This record gives sequence, structure tokens and C-alpha cells, in this order.
Amino acid sequence: MPDQGEFYQRDRDWHPPAYVKDYKTSVARSPQYSLISLQNSVGEITGPVFGHNDIDPMDRDLIHNYAKAGESAIGERIILHGRVLDENARPVPNTLVEIWQANAGGRYRHKKDTYLAPIDPNFGGCGRTLTDENGYYFFRTVKPGAYPWRNYVNSWRPAHIHVSVFGWGFVQRLISQIYFEGDPLIPLCPIVRSIPNQEAIDSLVAALDMNSTIPLDTIAYKFDIVLRGRRSTLFENRLEGN
Amino acid sequence: MVQKLNYLKETPSQTAGPYVHIGLAPGAAGFDIYERELGWDIAGPNAEGERIRVEGLVIDGTGSPIKDVLLEAWQANSKGIYAHPEGGGEVEEGFRGWGRVITDFDTGEWGFDTVKPGKTPGRNGSTQAPHINLWVVARGINLGLNTRIYFEDEAEANAVDPVMNIIEWERRRATLLAKRTEKDGKAVYRFDIQLQGQDETVFFDV
Ligand SMILES: [Fe+3]
Repeated sequence: MPDQGEFYQRDRDWHPPAYVKDYKTSVARSPQYSLISLQNSVGEITGPVFGHNDIDPMDRDLIHNYAKAGESAIGERIILHGRVLDENARPVPNTLVEIWQANAGGRYRHKKDTYLAPIDPNFGGCGRTLTDENGYYFFRTVKPGAYPWRNYVNSWRPAHIHVSVFGWGFVQRLISQIYFEGDPLIPLCPIVRSIPNQEAIDSLVAALDMNSTIPLDTIAYKFDIVLRGRRSTLFENRLEGN
Repeated sequence: MVQKLNYLKETPSQTAGPYVHIGLAPGAAGFDIYERELGWDIAGPNAEGERIRVEGLVIDGTGSPIKDVLLEAWQANSKGIYAHPEGGGEVEEGFRGWGRVITDFDTGEWGFDTVKPGKTPGRNGSTQAPHINLWVVARGINLGLNTRIYFEDEAEANAVDPVMNIIEWERRRATLLAKRTEKDGKAVYRFDIQLQGQDETVFFDV
């Protein structure tokens, strides 16, 4: 990306606010003073660069990356794929995408998760990959289960996969969650509802993609990720010097 | 009606949740999956400059340390160059300038080893004091928080730093200053992050 400009300002009405009364953990963890607005300088428009030496091609296959030889994770086999784009609809190539998730029963492989659903001995629950030159990525995994959490006594998370993306500049850094088309728990979830805009919520729901399924093998969901866009050099926006 | 601009909207953020370690620091979650976990070595073996350690807590509005935070650091090398095609030049072999740490499950302490960054160019010909960009995510944080670690012992550079100077309240600037101490002959900077209260850390909309 040979652009020279700064990144578009983040639309903070599109993102969840820091304080969301019904997401109880946010109450004591939400800053209360206004953020100080900062124009980009070199530390904002740059960010870490990753390469194929950092990861292994197997890292994107969660069905097998923690399984014993010849075995595989239990659950509905899915492909999760899509593109990482910016707000100008341009692909973001060669960027690191990391995911983590519960197993098919809704249990995380984590020492702090005590949910009674069983651990799958063949499922770790994390994966990572780099986008290709067209911004394309894919993972192979199992569809995660819904799980209960302590917000209200009867709160359940819809099935979701957590996703972390870098982009080109550190201010594009983003963590979000991917939901699945048709899940009735989505509109009930206080974390989903932390997002004030229904169209924004819809953009976190992966679509069933019958054209990309592997017949008799794996069902596919498509999920595009959009990172902040960047100004072109058409206008005067030099960051340094005269 | 007018023509459509056709920009896409950014993917909205969601909290990293309590199990962020599984994806970004699986060793800490209690299992071994990757041959290489990313972000453990910020400066690499060849970096010039002073070797330092930065440590702290992330404290919530009740005054309690948070024990499920993930922090990422992004910094220039000792010459003020970022390891990036637009970072201003070449860096030492192995210098990445990016790190990822989590808070201890029992104490909430976090810390990383690095080198002290140099001054970097600011906008319009200004110079920025040495600083480390920090990004903080956790359960209950709906959109990652951006702040900066400045160094208390860089008083002269801090006084003319363009970012410090846009913070109208001088007493709030102090929340960005890491305090220098020594531990076993090594420079250790202390940087506690307050999410709420009178001493709430300055966070930026970058
Ligand atoms: Fe989760």
C-alpha cells in the first residue's frame, strides 16, 4: 500500500461505546473522560509487519492443528473465509488474522473456563493466517457452541469466533467477534447489543456461503473484515516537515 | 438526493473477552500449540540503546488490578525509526518494535523488556519525545484503548512534545509518565494505567 496519508477518523458512533450498562463488566472498565483526539504521525501510520516465517500453514486449520495424528476436532466442520478490506474497498494484503473460539460444546481450552461442557482433546481453539495479495484469508474449523456467562443469571453468548486483525498502521488494530447467520441468540446478547446500530451488528454476522462449501465435507461461512481506510496523497496532508 | 460515496464501514469492535489468551497468548491459557508465539521479543538481540523494562498494572474504577488484560506495544528503535516500510529508515536486524503481553492471572502485573525508543518526527516538522504506543484490550473494554508511555526522565523532550501539549490539563499529562526505578542494576519504568477516577490515564482517539 504505497499511500502516504493518514487514516480516516474512526466513526465512534458505529462502534460500541466504552460504557454499556447492560454489559456489566464494562461499567468499572470504561474511561470516563473524553478521549484526546490525535492526528496521525509516524507511530500511528506504521505497525508491525508479519511474514510467513512467523506462522505455520497448519495454524489456519483448527480441525487438525491440535489434534492427534489421524484424528480431528469434534463438531460441525466449517470453512470461515473472506477478505480483509479497507474503507476504500481495497484489499489489505499480507496482514495477520488471528482467531480463537470455544469448541463445538461451547467450552474454551482455558484454565479459567469452568463450564461443564467437555474439553475436546483434539481441539485447541486458536488459529492464525496471513491474507494473500488480494486480502483473502480462510480458516478451517468447527462451529463453536453457545455458552453461558455471568452477566445476568441466564445470559448465553451466541456462537461466535473472536478475531484479531492488524492492517498496515497500528491505528487499524482491531478485535471483534464473528457471529453466524440465523442464530437466535444474537439479538439477546448484551455484548452484541453494546453496538448501537443494527446495520453495524449485521456486519458481524457471517453469511452461509453454499457456493464455497466442500460437498460431502465442509460447510462454508463468508465474513469480510473492513479496516480503517487511508487518505490518498491528492490533498495536502503531509505528516512531517515542510 | 446526491450520489453515493460507497465507502465501506469499518468492522465494529467487540470486546476481546476473558479468553483472549487462547488466541493471542495460548501458552498463558495453559496449552502449547504454536511453535512460535508472537510478540515476546520486542527489540531483538542486536538493538542499540539502553535496555529497559516497563512494568505496571491496569486498575479499574473500583481500584482493583485487572487480571485479564492484553497489552500491545509499538515503538521506534533508539534512533527513532519504526520497523516498517514507512518507519523512517532501517532498523537493527531482529528489531520488531512490537510486543504483546498479558497481565498475571494472580497479581495483575504486566511487564516487558525492550530498549528505550528515540525521539521521532511529529507533524509539521515537530519532534516527539521518546514514547511507546500502547493498545489495551480486555473483557469489558468494548473498543481497544490507545495510550502512550512517556519517560519521566525525558523532562526536556516531554515539555515540547506536541502530543503532551495538546492535553489541556497539565496534571493529566502526568498520567503518561513512566517513573524510573532500578531493579538488580536494570532500569525499570513503572507505568500504571487507571481506567477511571481523578487520575484516569489519558487515552487517545488516534
Ligand atoms: Fe467468547
